[in-house]
Amino acid sequence: MQFDSFSAFINMGGYGFYVWLSFGVSTALILALIVSSMMAHKQVIKDIAVRQQREAKLRQVRSKHKQNKNPQTNKPNEITQ
Amino acid sequence: MWKWLHPYANPEVSYHFTGKLIPWLSALTALFLAIGIIWALAFAPADYQQGDSFRIFYLHVPAASLSMGIYVGMAIAAFTSMVWQFKLADASAAAMAPVGAVFTTIALITGAAWGKPMWGTWWIWDARLTSELILLFLYLGVIALHNAFEDKNLAGKAAGILTLVGVINIPIIKYSVEWWNTLHQGSTVSKLGKPSMSIDMLWPFLFCFLGFALLVATIICIRFRSEILARNSIRPWVRTLVAEHLLQEKNNAV
Repeated sequence: MQFDSFSAFINMGGYGFYVWLSFGVSTALILALIVSSMMAHKQVIKDIAVRQQREAKLRQVRSKHKQNKNPQTNKPNEITQ
Repeated sequence: MWKWLHPYANPEVSYHFTGKLIPWLSALTALFLAIGIIWALAFAPADYQQGDSFRIFYLHVPAASLSMGIYVGMAIAAFTSMVWQFKLADASAAAMAPVGAVFTTIALITGAAWGKPMWGTWWIWDARLTSELILLFLYLGVIALHNAFEDKNLAGKAAGILTLVGVINIPIIKYSVEWWNTLHQGSTVSKLGKPSMSIDMLWPFLFCFLGFALLVATIICIRFRSEILARNSIRPWVRTLVAEHLLQEKNNAV
């Protein structure tokens, strides 16, 4: 141990402000990066899930639409494609 | 000879492989960083000229060398993606850019916090400092390009070109202290064979360096997995994965 007391440790031989500024800012930045990376992972999964649900709903509506309308109008959409 | 590598080029295999790596990497990171930082702050001897302010170097030097190392990794990934159209390389390059930007910022801030008491100024337009600042802007440009296009292939190509052009900056940073008469000191640790640092200062440095390198690897793995999912969202394996995830969340809620 290089320091006699806790206050000497905090003081860092007079350079306390600069040393703790460096370690504080670095810790904050790294923690922010870790947290944002983990949140981003959850967000990606959530986004894909939302898109999937939307697609499923759209498909459902489309198939219902087809069932109801196509027999009456005699204009099958598939042929034009 | 390199056939064993093939399955890892598959996004699904890579996703699960990195998923298995992350717990080990993060445990090793915690171990090495805890030992390294405590050793550096409390047990390493103070420098005979710089006193305790030199403890900043246990952050500054690993952050600065990793900021360059990540850039080189990103450039290799960009090159691979451009030449061999290897999609996963784009995902890994996109995962590396924000990590590199954070470590460049740390290198600049810790350098400034050391420069104030030692040089008497927070900032000086010295070759080493300026080229490192340019590295930060390159990282920010690469991040911006990755997010600028809806089409991730196009985004990867644009960001890759910027990455490869920016490689010119890496030797400039590395050799700036030799080519120009700068205020920044030359290298202490990486003199091959015989570092000009006493052994009881060097050991905590090695622990810190390895700890930060492992931390970088962990965060890149986490981000790489998100990039894989975002780029493969219509693949069946991602669909089942997301569905399972939703089911699990629903069960937890109940």
